[in-house]
Amino acid sequence: MPLEFEKPILELEKRIAELKETARSTGVDLEAEIRLLEERLARLKQEIYGNLTAWQRVQLARAPGRPTTLDVLEKAFQDFLELHGDRAFADDPAIVGGLAYLEGQKVVVVGHQKGRDTKENLYRNFGMPHPEGYRKAMRLMDLADRFGYPFLAFIDTPGAYPGVSAEERGQAWVIAQSIQRMSRLKVPAIALILGEGGSGGALAIGVANRVLILENAWYSVISPESCAAILWRDAKEAPKAAEALKLTARDLLAQKVVDAIIPEPEGGAHKDPLRAIQNIKEALLKTLEELKGLSPEELYQDRYRRFRALGAYAES
Amino acid sequence: MALERLFRRKRPSGVNRDVPELWTKCEACGVQLYKKEFRENLYVCPRCGHHHRMPASERVEMLADAGTFQETTGLKPLDPLGFVDTKPYAERLKAYQEETGRQDAILGGTCTIGGVPAVLLVMDYAFAGGSMGSVVGEEIARGAERAAAEGRALVIVAASGGARMQEAALSLMQMAKTVMSLDRLWAKRLPYVSILTDPTTGGVTASFAALADVIFAEPGALIGFAGPRVIRQTIRQELPEGFQRAEFLLKHGMVDRVTDRRKLKGELVRALRHLHPGVPYAVGV
Repeated sequence: MPLEFEKPILELEKRIAELKETARSTGVDLEAEIRLLEERLARLKQEIYGNLTAWQRVQLARAPGRPTTLDVLEKAFQDFLELHGDRAFADDPAIVGGLAYLEGQKVVVVGHQKGRDTKENLYRNFGMPHPEGYRKAMRLMDLADRFGYPFLAFIDTPGAYPGVSAEERGQAWVIAQSIQRMSRLKVPAIALILGEGGSGGALAIGVANRVLILENAWYSVISPESCAAILWRDAKEAPKAAEALKLTARDLLAQKVVDAIIPEPEGGAHKDPLRAIQNIKEALLKTLEELKGLSPEELYQDRYRRFRALGAYAES
Repeated sequence: MALERLFRRKRPSGVNRDVPELWTKCEACGVQLYKKEFRENLYVCPRCGHHHRMPASERVEMLADAGTFQETTGLKPLDPLGFVDTKPYAERLKAYQEETGRQDAILGGTCTIGGVPAVLLVMDYAFAGGSMGSVVGEEIARGAERAAAEGRALVIVAASGGARMQEAALSLMQMAKTVMSLDRLWAKRLPYVSILTDPTTGGVTASFAALADVIFAEPGALIGFAGPRVIRQTIRQELPEGFQRAEFLLKHGMVDRVTDRRKLKGELVRALRHLHPGVPYAVGV
């Protein structure tokens, strides 16, 4: 399932492969033609990947094969021990978390979890948590505080689940509580937006001392489709909404909503997940180093100042 | 309908002109209501008890002790993203400002409520659906900080469709900002009471509105995270009767009390007096 805007690249790659195959099987020298096409391919990639629109990045943020929270936990961390359940109602598979080591440092981790195939996606509710998921996250925040280990959160959700069951169990209440609980952490907290940062369901685990974002991830108050459905009265205007919402990593850095951008391999993290995960690991280690030495009170005040300063208004 | 029109046309023209100004209809039961009495009854239908939406300024009048309210709000919104949908955000803001006479979707200040010193903040649904952008977030944070600094209780009347789309991620960040500002009250042991009115949804419910010491809701008010339309699209079936109404929230344990607007001030005063450490024991004051 190639993304629409990648098709010219894939077609060219296919032609080059065909030519190479012809050259090999017939013995005809096609070296010059192949080199020409390869140069053209490099230019085309530069042109497309170097000028991605907001909507194209949204598609990359959702691309199959993009690293999920569990991929990162398995490959960048050591001995991830998953912990389950909210101790009140259920275990929510849309949020995972537990204990891990990052280069030997003890940490507590939590993150939204999307499925890596259709079956898992149904099980994970497409990464849309119920209240239980946020209660599990809060329980893990308690654990981080109790032992003084840094708290790391991976954000990748289209949004908290908008359904009857979630409303009955107080979706709004647990999101508010999770925001509050996370803001009060006594340990260093880092949030990292892996793919989709959909509204309050993302922010609930995003109140960190530093917020990092992958190059092609997005973060906003609403998804482009829902925004288009409301403001343009047509979900098909999502590309326009994506542009207007200024939801790309670079836009968010300018708004100070995020503190740093983590580079992705050419064409998106799904083209080379291991490379992307290596970049994530390096960024986390660097950020943990920055927060080292801050006292619990300083960490709290740092978070307060960070979020207190966000917004744009004029004095009366 | 046609017959009604015919009938109306035969009335003396002077009376006819007065009709739209003097009378209105209950949105729920349709009964004709004399506007002056309707207003005096706090926009509650005397026949069926339906609670209609209420202008922010009258809400202040209803809750603040007479003559004590001093407005502190008035920050002006900007258009930080240069947002344009079918109309530029800057134009929408201007239209709302002209329509409501307010800079943004909140009216607030200092006052006493039943003698208890308070900061009272009222969201204005008439301004962009009461949506929370940078101004609303900042006014709430300043309100909480002022209450903490001056030893006042904080009372917020919520009425909002949620976070304001046209300020995108900055609106989202107001959820964190407002929630964190409440810590200043916690540190000083000052009470925070939230009043949820019709409607309170999205990022407003999911931030400061849900975190009060005591939460009141008005009868029949729509309160929730996702709006009913979004939920209907998600589950593709009709929603149960009374879903997301104040009474549903009470049953599911999310609010403390569902209180008739005509008794709201009395109950609010009792809650504030119970909670505020600076107010001595007094019953029935």
